Amino acid sequence: MSTATASHDATDAHSDHGHDHGLSDFGYIKIAVILAVLTAVEVATYFVDFGVLEVPSLLILMVVKFQIVVSYFMHLKFDSKVFTWLFVGGLVLALAVFAAMGTSMLFWQDPAGCQNGAFC
Amino acid sequence: MAETTAEAPGAVENLAYGPTPYDEMAHPPLSTSVTNEKMTMWTFLGSDCLLFGALISTYLLLRNRTGPATEGPTAADLFDIPFTSVSSFVLLMSSLTMVLAVTAMMSANLERCKLWLLTTAALGSIFIGGQVYEFTSFYREGLGFTTNISASAFFTLTGFHGVHVSLGIVMLVSLFMLISRGSLTAERAETVEIIGLYWHFVDIVWIVIFAVVYLIP
Repeated sequence: MSTATASHDATDAHSDHGHDHGLSDFGYIKIAVILAVLTAVEVATYFVDFGVLEVPSLLILMVVKFQIVVSYFMHLKFDSKVFTWLFVGGLVLALAVFAAMGTSMLFWQDPAGCQNGAFC
Repeated sequence: MAETTAEAPGAVENLAYGPTPYDEMAHPPLSTSVTNEKMTMWTFLGSDCLLFGALISTYLLLRNRTGPATEGPTAADLFDIPFTSVSSFVLLMSSLTMVLAVTAMMSANLERCKLWLLTTAALGSIFIGGQVYEFTSFYREGLGFTTNISASAFFTLTGFHGVHVSLGIVMLVSLFMLISRGSLTAERAETVEIIGLYWHFVDIVWIVIFAVVYLIP
């Protein structure tokens, strides 16, 4: 098979199944535009006072952006569920680490730690 | 030709991007329907979540603590949000160019793939340049790695992320060279996809760092 034929066949194969697996290039560009807009909103919170909504809105925007990149750019939405479990497992463990560290800082710190402890 | 591939017993279909004419040649029959290489990368990324989870947790717990021995500014006192926002945008757009490189490789369009790979590496380099500038300006303002405990946590977190980005750039340039030499062809398109996963992971880690470390007061 010549290189040109191989390239042509591969292109056809990809486009034939592109609707079932992931997005087209234009679809990815649309996703990137959405991410750019969300980032602009995030940055706007620095210049505009959102009051009590500032932290919750930043956290929500962060989670949404994270989810979009993982689902579409990393194709987790279209790929094997095994990968989802592997990745989510790591995320859950990471959150557990944060919870454990937070607990240790809240409950296990030396009362005189502000003078003697490392975490002052 | 694609139909023949799909009918091959035990052949591994790329679920994320769909079958290519090269699936049967690229992968031996597997019982798990996913390739070992991709499984390894996802396992690594899951474990890397732990690394960054620990580093981000450490920074959050120490961000306002300067320690008993030394005083001095914290990193948050010196943040240049407009500058970091541009860096973040650049890294975010590098994810787009990376996914375009992957789709080009899956379509066996090697020249376009090389173009997007180089673009991605260039955007990553701009991000790293911005980080070097930021670290340098912090140092000139009196905030070094050992200035206080908050600074140590900040530089460790963002430094580790910078190392990840730098390694990603090396991998992207390596891919470019392999494709240019003809050592990497469309039969092994999944290699580009796997490096792409790593690059996107670096991007999502920065999404968290940018929001939690830089933007949340």
